[in-house]
Amino acid sequence: MLSAVVFLPVAVAVVLLAVPRTSDRLVRWLWIAATAIDLALVVGLWIGYSPGPGGFAYEVNVKWIPSISSGYHLGVDGLSLPLVALTAVLFLACAVYSFRDSDRLRSYAALFLFLQTVCLGLFVALDLILFFVFFDLSIVGMYFVIAGWGHRNAAKAALKFFLYTFLGSLALLLGFIGLYLAATPHTFDIVELARQAPLTGTGFAGAAVLIALGIGFAIKTPTVPFHTWLPPAHTEAPAAGSAILAGVLLKMGTYGFVRIMMPVLPDTWRRYAIVFVFVGVVSVIYGALVSLAQRDFKRMIAYTSVNHMGYILLAVGAAGIVASSTAQAREIAVTGAVTQMVSHGLITGALFLLSGVLYQRGQTYEMDSYGGLAGTAPRFAGLTALAAFASLGLPGFSGFIAEFQIFTGSLGSAPVSTVVAFLGILVTAALFLRAFQKIFLGPYRAPTDRVGDITVVEGVAIVPLIAAAVVIGIFPRFLLEVIEPASRIVVTLVGR
Amino acid sequence: MVLWLLTGLPLAAGAALLLVRRATHRVAPVIGIATAVLAVTLAVLAAVGRPAVSAPLIEGLPVGLAVDGLSAVMVVTISTVLLAVLVYAAGEFGRDEAHSRFYGLMLLFAGAMLITVTATNLVTLLMAWEVMGAMSYALIAFWWRETDRATSGMIAFLTTRGGDVGLYLAAGAALAGGALGLDLAGLAGVPGVWRDAVVAGVVLAALGKSAQLPFSFWLSRAMAGPSPVSALLHSATMVAAGAYLLLRLQPLLAATPWAGPLVAWVGVLTALALAAVAVAQSDLKQVLAASTCSQIGFMVLAAGTGAVTAGAGQLVAHAATKSLLFLGAGAWLTVLGTKQLGELRGAARRYPLLGITFTIGALSLAGVPPLSIWLTKDAVLSAALHTSPALYVMGLAAVVLSGAYVGRALGFVWARTPDRAENRASVLSQVPLPFLAAASALLGVVIAPQLSLSWWELGLSGLLAVTGVLVALRMRAGTRGLLGNWLGIESMTRSVIVGPTLSLATALARFDDKVVDGGVRAAAATGAAVARLTNARLEISLDAVVGWVARGSRALGRWARRPQTGQLHQYYAQAVVGLVVLAVLLMIVR
Repeated sequence: MLSAVVFLPVAVAVVLLAVPRTSDRLVRWLWIAATAIDLALVVGLWIGYSPGPGGFAYEVNVKWIPSISSGYHLGVDGLSLPLVALTAVLFLACAVYSFRDSDRLRSYAALFLFLQTVCLGLFVALDLILFFVFFDLSIVGMYFVIAGWGHRNAAKAALKFFLYTFLGSLALLLGFIGLYLAATPHTFDIVELARQAPLTGTGFAGAAVLIALGIGFAIKTPTVPFHTWLPPAHTEAPAAGSAILAGVLLKMGTYGFVRIMMPVLPDTWRRYAIVFVFVGVVSVIYGALVSLAQRDFKRMIAYTSVNHMGYILLAVGAAGIVASSTAQAREIAVTGAVTQMVSHGLITGALFLLSGVLYQRGQTYEMDSYGGLAGTAPRFAGLTALAAFASLGLPGFSGFIAEFQIFTGSLGSAPVSTVVAFLGILVTAALFLRAFQKIFLGPYRAPTDRVGDITVVEGVAIVPLIAAAVVIGIFPRFLLEVIEPASRIVVTLVGR
Repeated sequence: MVLWLLTGLPLAAGAALLLVRRATHRVAPVIGIATAVLAVTLAVLAAVGRPAVSAPLIEGLPVGLAVDGLSAVMVVTISTVLLAVLVYAAGEFGRDEAHSRFYGLMLLFAGAMLITVTATNLVTLLMAWEVMGAMSYALIAFWWRETDRATSGMIAFLTTRGGDVGLYLAAGAALAGGALGLDLAGLAGVPGVWRDAVVAGVVLAALGKSAQLPFSFWLSRAMAGPSPVSALLHSATMVAAGAYLLLRLQPLLAATPWAGPLVAWVGVLTALALAAVAVAQSDLKQVLAASTCSQIGFMVLAAGTGAVTAGAGQLVAHAATKSLLFLGAGAWLTVLGTKQLGELRGAARRYPLLGITFTIGALSLAGVPPLSIWLTKDAVLSAALHTSPALYVMGLAAVVLSGAYVGRALGFVWARTPDRAENRASVLSQVPLPFLAAASALLGVVIAPQLSLSWWELGLSGLLAVTGVLVALRMRAGTRGLLGNWLGIESMTRSVIVGPTLSLATALARFDDKVVDGGVRAAAATGAAVARLTNARLEISLDAVVGWVARGSRALGRWARRPQTGQLHQYYAQAVVGLVVLAVLLMIVR
């Protein structure tokens, strides 16, 4: 079942490429159908979700490369299921959003379907080699999306993205090999490694592996100071590519922290937790302030991602400071971190698609070129306002549920850092209101004659993302009930 | 169920109006008023039945709503004022205004306030609290085509959100301190330093929302919104929320030695300073805005001195009075096109209904006997006297100034001027005014049995208020200076907080580009340079070796090709030579 969900998109991609002379129309509908069916399957997974004694559901474990005891081991739990669902939703939104595109559509669709398989595969992988393969393939896929369909300086930005994150994945590989060698018997199986926690009590080796994994995931997340590949990649990528990059690919980094680093290196994590708290807070404040200074709408959103990912690091770091906090607080922090991954995916995905709408109308992301668009494009303004308020953490949207849990859960363990991070929500509020005011309020100004409102296709792609953020914001139980048991397990594992 | 309906109905109706804006343009006022009528009914039912409900939200932190004595008073006040304001707006708002957006936002705003005053724990309170702030942004920036109004909305939102951060702090500290459900009632029991953090957060949030010093300036900016917005925002919602929170959490304030006095002093200082600001304004709505800060200051003073009933009474009396005054000022703005005091000369004489109701409200605001605020405010002052005579004296000074700003405004609107051609004021918009005026005058008598009052104090404050009014009746000039400019806090904030933050942001952006990314680029460039170097030295030498080998083999090849002539006789000759050489070799080797 899980394998079907993972490999359905790439199978459709192969069909698309294999059949000669398909019309764009067929490609569009096939793409949407494939992502929609995949989403339906994920909904099925969610409905039938009942984790076994190990915490995982739908587990598959067959031998793959027995010589290094690496298996084809898949499974979902409360950490990965929400991200799998997020991935399916975002790829469907991107398929719909690209409905009017015609530029080499067949390859574009195939590439996105390939990326979808890669992303889904990463989140359900329970084997480090499998995880690594998907991690690297995601970089390859996104490279081609940016380089092939990006704006003017796409080639350069794509190369930077590729080399930088590839470097990160090499660090990751080193860390994985370190874990493999430390385990007895040697294994790449994540569940087995978490059970063994092989590097417990080995000062230097544990730290070395922690640094390797930390750098690998920090680059992907990205956190300050490894974030500079992100803004150019986003500004040059096509809107749908940006939505996937920010919405799904960044989560691979933060997911790595909770899936691999915390359970497998509990004792080292606890010892260096304050480092992650610190990096998180710096990312929160630094990302928000740099974002405030941007004039390019898309670049601004890119930097807010650094800010939002910072909250996740703050929470997972605080969850490692065991001495001065209750288990309930730490669980709330981890649940908040996972909720933030989902929430950021939905909201930033929507914001990037909206920035694509802006670019499509005016051929520029420069905020100063626009003004008063609320007059001619009221729905566009309304959707952007909703997405902006969602992103600045207003209650009623998913971002609040995430950030409130992160803050309340982290304050006990890391009071000073958390209080500093509060300032982040103030700065993000300022930057989003400023941007909104520049583009949509005041007297009318636009680089082209008349800026039209959201089209039906754009609406169908973007509205569900915001609606999902609202549903999670008001009725979060269905999501939190899945996440909470899993974060309890993570907190227990870290506390060993 | 009543409680879910009471809070959910305005929110749902408001959201629906915002979603289908064009279709509901005509019926929006009807939907708005109908919802408000239902809300009043439900509020009364809730006040009588005292329901409590809860639903799960976050593990261990449910959404909880309940109505107790204080909440009962609040929900009735909020829904009644909402109804009055919406009826007024239906009469006043032009046909081409964005009706659906206006009524939708107003309902969401009031719905959020209803949740705020019925919330039983911090997470519920915080959610409603922040949504209310966002709605205030959208309402203040309602006429968004004018950049200045949009900026005003932004300033209001950012200032109040600066205070809201305090509630996040309070929630985190309460959880860390072991108050697992974050119940408001249990906050006072949080141990040690965490309790101080909770109190500090709550006080910060309340002062920000209630526009107390030093946050007062945002309320001046909030005047950019339509008059009905001001009428709602200044009376029963938003600014009232901060005072409500302090009154609600008075036991928490009392649990620390420092919070009560701090809150009391901030309250009384605001009451005094902003009353002085109000005297100096030349714009009627700015007078009223500054007076709001000042009057809320009395409620904050009440919370700080433990006089919860007096503070709540002040809140209700002020809500009726201030909504009345803003609607009156708004009506004049619509018919006369001005809110400048100098141009409102004689306005009360030309519009007697507006004039009389406005005057009743204004005199009540001043604390003139026997009107409502005279009684409620004196109950607050009486409690202050028990705590500290200094607070009491400051409060009395604020009473004199309250009389002064009211007297000055009345002097203008009742001035004798030759009649001018006039627009008629809309009938519908005047309907709520007599009711509000009656409430503003008589509520005090209803509340009085609940209050602890003493006759000499009542006499003294009444006398001072009347004196203030009479002295100021002939006062004309507004001042520019510090008082006219709301103590200059906004420009100070701009230069001390906003400016440096923006410069820091710009500097960091440059740093990010030049240094952080520069480092990455430098690393990449170093890689490329090393590659070039390798190419230039090593690669060339290696290449040379390879080339030499290649050339050598080519030469060998040429040599080897030479005998391959294809002619048989030459092959024979070569074979003979070869055999001879072999024979010679064999002989030598042997």
